[in-house]
Amino acid sequence: MRLQLVTTHDPQPDYLDLPLRQPLAEWTHLGLVEFPIGIHRHVVRFVELEQGLFALKELPGRLADREFSLLRHLAEEGVPVVEVLGVISERGDDLEDILITRHLEFSLPFRFLFARSGISSLRESIVDSIAVLLAQLHLVGFFWGDCSLSNTLFRRDAGALAAWVVDTETGELHDQLSPGQRELDLDIAQMNIFGGLLDLEASGRLPSDIDPTEVVENLANRYGQLWEELTAEQSVEFAQRHLIDARLARLNELGFDTTEVSITTGEDGSQIRFRPAVVEAGHHARELERLTGLRLLENQARRMLNDVRSYGAWLARRDGLELPEAVVAYRWLNEIFEPAIDAIPPDLRDRRSPGELFHEILFHRDALQSMLQADVSVEAAAVDYASEALPTSVGERSLIEAD
Amino acid sequence: MATITLDKINKVYPNGFHAIHDLDLDIADTEFLVLVGPSGCGKSTALRMVAGLEEITEGELRIGDRIVNDVEPKDRDIAMVFQNYALYPHMSVYDNIGFALKLAKTQKDETDRRIREAARILELDEQLDRKPAQLSGGQRQRVAMGRAIVRQPAAFLMDEPLSNLDAKLRVQMRAEIASLQRELGVTTVYVTHDQVEAMTMGDRVAVLKDGFLQQVDTPQSLYDRPENVFVAAFIGSPSMNLFEGTLTLDSDTQQGKLTLGSQTISIPSEVLASRPALAAYDGQSLIYGIRPEDMEDASLDTRPDDQCIHGEVSLVEALGAEILVHFGVDAAPVDSGDPDAVVELGDTAVVVGRFNPRSRIRLRETAKVAVHAERISFFDPSTRLALWD
Repeated sequence: MRLQLVTTHDPQPDYLDLPLRQPLAEWTHLGLVEFPIGIHRHVVRFVELEQGLFALKELPGRLADREFSLLRHLAEEGVPVVEVLGVISERGDDLEDILITRHLEFSLPFRFLFARSGISSLRESIVDSIAVLLAQLHLVGFFWGDCSLSNTLFRRDAGALAAWVVDTETGELHDQLSPGQRELDLDIAQMNIFGGLLDLEASGRLPSDIDPTEVVENLANRYGQLWEELTAEQSVEFAQRHLIDARLARLNELGFDTTEVSITTGEDGSQIRFRPAVVEAGHHARELERLTGLRLLENQARRMLNDVRSYGAWLARRDGLELPEAVVAYRWLNEIFEPAIDAIPPDLRDRRSPGELFHEILFHRDALQSMLQADVSVEAAAVDYASEALPTSVGERSLIEAD
Repeated sequence: MATITLDKINKVYPNGFHAIHDLDLDIADTEFLVLVGPSGCGKSTALRMVAGLEEITEGELRIGDRIVNDVEPKDRDIAMVFQNYALYPHMSVYDNIGFALKLAKTQKDETDRRIREAARILELDEQLDRKPAQLSGGQRQRVAMGRAIVRQPAAFLMDEPLSNLDAKLRVQMRAEIASLQRELGVTTVYVTHDQVEAMTMGDRVAVLKDGFLQQVDTPQSLYDRPENVFVAAFIGSPSMNLFEGTLTLDSDTQQGKLTLGSQTISIPSEVLASRPALAAYDGQSLIYGIRPEDMEDASLDTRPDDQCIHGEVSLVEALGAEILVHFGVDAAPVDSGDPDAVVELGDTAVVVGRFNPRSRIRLRETAKVAVHAERISFFDPSTRLALWD
């Protein structure tokens, strides 16, 4: 038996306690958890251990090694992928290798999103989240080859969704993708998502107001618009140079950072052509982490940065003194964010990730202020949210639901 | 249906890497052509250029009579197939086969006609109302194939479609795809790194290495008359045994002698008469190759002693219908240039022979092995090209 493990900050379980010399499909281990995992080529099972919930996939060694490398590479590139922890090989009796990944906490499988009436508002953002994920992958030269609802996990991100790559078996890494490769990847995604939605429809679980054809056409449109915004060369009059700054601001607002902008001028100098070099998604998430140490999703981070700025403006008005951004952020963390989270009873904190909890508290405060026509503190909103809204919601740390 | 023509196709990446060099291929209508070669040989790049997924740096690509260098992938009337075997569990076989046509907004009666036609070809007519769970493993695979068939493209392009499957299913699917392609008669280009897959599936096989076409021919011709050392070693499993030795011709007997380390093998006069080019190598070094099946346990063969060699047996693999015997000789092995092959260069070579299962050769014995000298392949040591004439 051979274990190839990634060194992580979080403790890894002692995998040798698992029945690794048996085919995964035949395991009867106590910690096995049945999950709605969608359609997969290989045996995939989930095991709950002291250190958390882990996904185990049995597949030929060559493929396991390849997927291990691809997932690690994509994670290093900042693409949202499930965390890969290791590969177990040489299990004897011609057994295939096992690829181990950590289950993505607070993730929502697509069947859950369609089955729950209470989160129908999130369905709208499935398409957006997949379009963003595909664009992120394509920017780093990754051809997925099998984007589907089954191969994607979703997490709440400030009232919308963020999508995660779960399976990279068919993926290919290139220096850069050609337009044809991107087009094929999008075609495959459209076909797979269309099939997945028709399958839900056949099972009677697709809400009647969702038209699968419309969904996949929207995906192509959203992806096309996003790619254009991220990469297209733009031509502006010399006098309209401010449009370059506006484009870069829009890219930041979309969550993407740029490292350089290539600018060329026409022969008579009246025209400027420019193209941004987009490097990485997660603009707001990185900014929030720099200021507060919090590692949150992009939309959550954007919302919190707005709250940090509002808090800074309020402090400046109250004290008549502009504080440096880092000081404001530090005080916001200690005086706003942490007290709000602490106001949630510990037994309810598992229902959402901390970032989403805070977003929902702010959302709740907005509703309270609107109803009461008065200012409500974040901490007071948190107490009300914890007693009125959170107890009726489903815990999503390790969402388990029969398929 | 269509022909596909690659005319002096080149691919140079922005970093200067020249992936494909002057590739010429004429793929006939209805032909099943396999592109094969070791990793990095350019086979997937070539396929991706046909699909429109990579730009062509230089040269001309035609599908039918149309030059398609600048035609969008979706307008080339080709289908990249079998990338995804997932079947949808709640949908019937009928819907699993036909849902892509719904997305393409194909007319309902046309959709129905194509699904039923595909089902007939795949022998799934009786299963159209069933769910995937009610099908056998093989039937499920055929449903996935049906999904590609109903699109009715002019050509299928397949890039290592079986690489994610386990060994047993791969063998089964190999046969299914090959027979289906012949029934459909759709021009197909298939990429694989597996020479067994290439040999068993293709009407013709194109062997690539380092972006250069090495040889394109029928599987049997590639095997029997490889044009160079690389093809000789790459095609066939186990590989051809390659050595460097000296050929000496005897003008009296019209026979030759070929050195194998400290041993010699007699080359009959008929062999030399049929390959006059060998005369130019009298007294000189050349590369030669012996396929495993062109050797036999000498106790089961009637060849004279001067066509036998000896070596210590290091491994015996009993495969039922045959045994593979590995034995050492004191001759330097030859590197065929296959980056995926493991060759331990040195003063001794391990030779693999495919023997009759009645052989009683034992591990660690010195085996006496008869060589079918008339089947030896010869190559020029500098050009590494075959000397068939």
